[in-house]
Amino acid sequence: MTVPALAIFHLTKSFDRPVVQDLDLTIKAGEFYALLGPNGAGKTTILRMVAGLLQPDVGDISIFGIDARRDPIAAKRLVAWVSDEPMVYDRLTPLEYLEFVAGLWQVEPKKAQAKADELIDWLGLRPHANQLCGGFSMGMLQKVALAGALVHDPKLIILDEPLTGLDAGSARTVKDVLLGKVRDGVTVIMTTHILEVAERMAERIGVIKEGRLLAEGTLAELRTRIGRESSLEDIFLDLVAQSGETDAVAA
Amino acid sequence: MSAAPASIAWFARHELILGWRDWVAMMTGGRRSRSMGIVIFLAVVVLVLHLMAFGLVGRWASRGVPNDAASLVMLTGTGILFWTIMLSQALEAVTRVYYGRSDLDLVLSSPASSQRLFAVRTGAVALTSILLPGLLASPLINMLALLDGPRWLSAYGVVVAMGAISTAISVLITLGLFRAVGPKQTRLIAQIVAAVVGAGFVIGIQAAAILYYGDMSRFALFQSQAIVDAAPELHSNFWLPAKAAMGDGTALLIMLGIGLTALVLTVALAAPSYGQHATSAAGLTHVRSQRRPARRSFRTMSQRHALRLKEWRLLQRDPWLLSQTLMQILYLLPPALLLWLNFGHDAGAFVVVVPVLIMAAGQLAGGLAWLAISGEDAHDLVVTGPVSPRTVLIAKIEAVLSVIAVVMAPLLLLMAISSPRMALITAFGAMLSAGSATAIQLWFRVVAKRSMFRRRQVASRAATLSEAFASIMWAGMGALMASGSMLAIGPAVVAVLVLGLAKLLSPRRA
Repeated sequence: MTVPALAIFHLTKSFDRPVVQDLDLTIKAGEFYALLGPNGAGKTTILRMVAGLLQPDVGDISIFGIDARRDPIAAKRLVAWVSDEPMVYDRLTPLEYLEFVAGLWQVEPKKAQAKADELIDWLGLRPHANQLCGGFSMGMLQKVALAGALVHDPKLIILDEPLTGLDAGSARTVKDVLLGKVRDGVTVIMTTHILEVAERMAERIGVIKEGRLLAEGTLAELRTRIGRESSLEDIFLDLVAQSGETDAVAA
Repeated sequence: MSAAPASIAWFARHELILGWRDWVAMMTGGRRSRSMGIVIFLAVVVLVLHLMAFGLVGRWASRGVPNDAASLVMLTGTGILFWTIMLSQALEAVTRVYYGRSDLDLVLSSPASSQRLFAVRTGAVALTSILLPGLLASPLINMLALLDGPRWLSAYGVVVAMGAISTAISVLITLGLFRAVGPKQTRLIAQIVAAVVGAGFVIGIQAAAILYYGDMSRFALFQSQAIVDAAPELHSNFWLPAKAAMGDGTALLIMLGIGLTALVLTVALAAPSYGQHATSAAGLTHVRSQRRPARRSFRTMSQRHALRLKEWRLLQRDPWLLSQTLMQILYLLPPALLLWLNFGHDAGAFVVVVPVLIMAAGQLAGGLAWLAISGEDAHDLVVTGPVSPRTVLIAKIEAVLSVIAVVMAPLLLLMAISSPRMALITAFGAMLSAGSATAIQLWFRVVAKRSMFRRRQVASRAATLSEAFASIMWAGMGALMASGSMLAIGPAVVAVLVLGLAKLLSPRRA
C-alpha cells in the first residue's frame, strides 16, 4: 500500500475557541487536493500545523510516513509552504532569494542553480532576476515565492490562498505550474475562495467548517452526496448551509 | 451629539480614538491586566521626576527667582533645549503625516476633504509636540510653582506656544522640501534635519560646557558670566518666552498669539496641496529596485552560512541602519569628552576611547540583533525550512557578532599598535557589551517586519532600558580597567545583575 502524502489524525487546535476539532484527513501522493471552507473555518490553521508553523494541541501529522511532530526537520525537507502573503525579502534579488532557500534546504548548488534558472524563465522573472524584490508587484512577489517553494523539489506543496491579489496572467502561470507539478507526481494541497479554480484543478475537495470536515471527495462524489447536478459553488453553499441547519437543530 | 461625518470634529474624534488605543496598547503590551501596574509605575516615575526637579531647581527657586539677566539666560537656554527637541519630533511627525500610509489611501480615495484630514493630523502633531515635552518639563514647572509661586504655571502656556511654532515650522520645512527636492528625497532630508536639530544643540551645549567648564551639565554654560554679559538688554523681545514663563501675562499672550496664528496660517497654506503631496509620496516605491550586477553561480554552503549570508546582505542594504547607528554614536561623544577631561590624565585618550567603543559596540549590536533576530520578513519561510530553530538563532547571532567584529577590528588594530593592553580591554568589553545586547534582543524577540525597526524601542521598554544600562555598565567597567582601577568590578557586577533582571522580565517561551 502506498504511503499517503499527508495523514492527519484527531488534529485539534484551540485559541480562544476551538478552531480545529478532531480532524482526520488523508491525502494520497500525487493528488491535487483543495481545502474549502467559509472564512474562519480553520483552513489556514490546519495547513500551518502541517507546515510546522503551529503546534497542534492534540493529534498526529504524518508526511510521507514521517511523524511531523516527532521529526519535524525530516518532514520539512519534503514540504514547501506558500502563503497568500509572499515570504520574500525586499532587499534580495530573486536569484539571491533562491540561493538562500536552496541553502536552507541544502540543495546541491549546481542543481539549485539550474533549477533556479529554469524557474526564473518559467515564471517570466528573467528581466527582474537581478533586481531587488522590494519594487515588485504582488504577482511578481508571489511568483518569486513560488519559485522559492519549487527550487528544492518538494514532494508536498501546501498553498494558502496562492491566487489572492494576482492578475489573470500571473494566476494562470501559478495554476499551470501547480498542474505541471502534479503531473510530475508532486502532491498539492491548496486553500482557495475561488471555487472555479478548485472545481477545474482539484482531484479531490474537502469542505470544512468550524474546524470539522463536512464532506470530502471528487466533484462527482460531492454532487452525488447532495443529490443533484450542480456547480461546486452550489455544492459548497449547500453543504455549509446544511451544516448550519444541523447545528441549529442540535442546539 | 455626534459630529457630522467627514467634518474636522469627526476626523479629530477618529484620530483621538486611534491614538488613545495605540498608546494603551504600547503601554500595556496588549494586556489590560497590566493597567494597574502601569498606573503604579507611572506614579513612581512622576514622583521620582519631581524629586529630581526639586534637586535641580530647589535651591534656586526657594530663594525666589529674580527677573534678572542670569535667570533669563538660564530659562531661555533651557527653553531652546526643549524647543529643539520639540522641533525635531514635530518634523519627524509631520513627515509621517505625508508618508505614513495606514488609512491614508482609504481617506484619499473617499469623497472626504483631504484638507480637513490634514488640519486634524497637523493638530495632532502639535498636540503630541506639546504633550511630550510638556510632560518632561512639568516636574520643573510644578516645583518652580510650588517653591516660587503660581506665576510659573504660565510656563505651560509657553510650552503650548512653542509646540505650535515647532509644528508650523516643521510643516513649512516639509512643504519646502517637497517643492525643492520632490517626494523621493523629502523624507530622507527631513529625517536628517530632524536628527541634526534634535542632537546638534544638545551635543553642542554639552561639548561647550565640558570644554569651558569641565562639566557635562547643559546648565553649566547657561550659568557662565560671559554668556550673561553678552546677552541682549533686559527689555529685548528675545526674552519674551522666558518672561512669559515667569508669569508676564502680556508676554504669554503674545507668545500664544504668535504660536497659534503661525500654526493656523501654516495649515491654511499647506492644506490645499496635502492631497497632491501625499499621493505623490504614495507613488514612490519604498525600495529602489535597481538592477544589481548579475552574480556568479550558487555557492556550496551550510544552512547556517545561508542564513548568515542572507542577514549580511539585508543589513548591508538597510537604508535606515547607518543613520540610526551614527546618531547613537554621536550621542556618545559628549560623555567621552567629559571622561577624557576628568579622568584621562593617567591613561590618556584611551580612557575616552575604550568606553565609547564598548558602548558603541553594545548599541550597534542591539540594533543589528533586533533586525536579524526579530525583524524577519520571511518568518514563515525560515520556520518551514528543514532547520532547527536553534540553528537559525545561532546563525543570526553569528551574523550580528561578526559584523561587530568587522567594525571593531580596524579600531582595535590601531589601538593595539600603541597599547596592546588597551586593545585587549576594549575587545573584552566590546565582546561583553555586544553579547549582552544580543542576548537581550534574543530574550525579548518578537515576530516583526524589518520596517518596524524604528519602533523597536517602544515595543519593549524593558529590553531597551536593560540594553542601554548593560552597555553603560560594561563601558564603565572598560573605563575603570583602562585607568587601572580595581573598581572596574563594580559596574561589571551591576551589568550582570541587569542581564539577570532582563532575563527575568523577558517573556516566557514554550
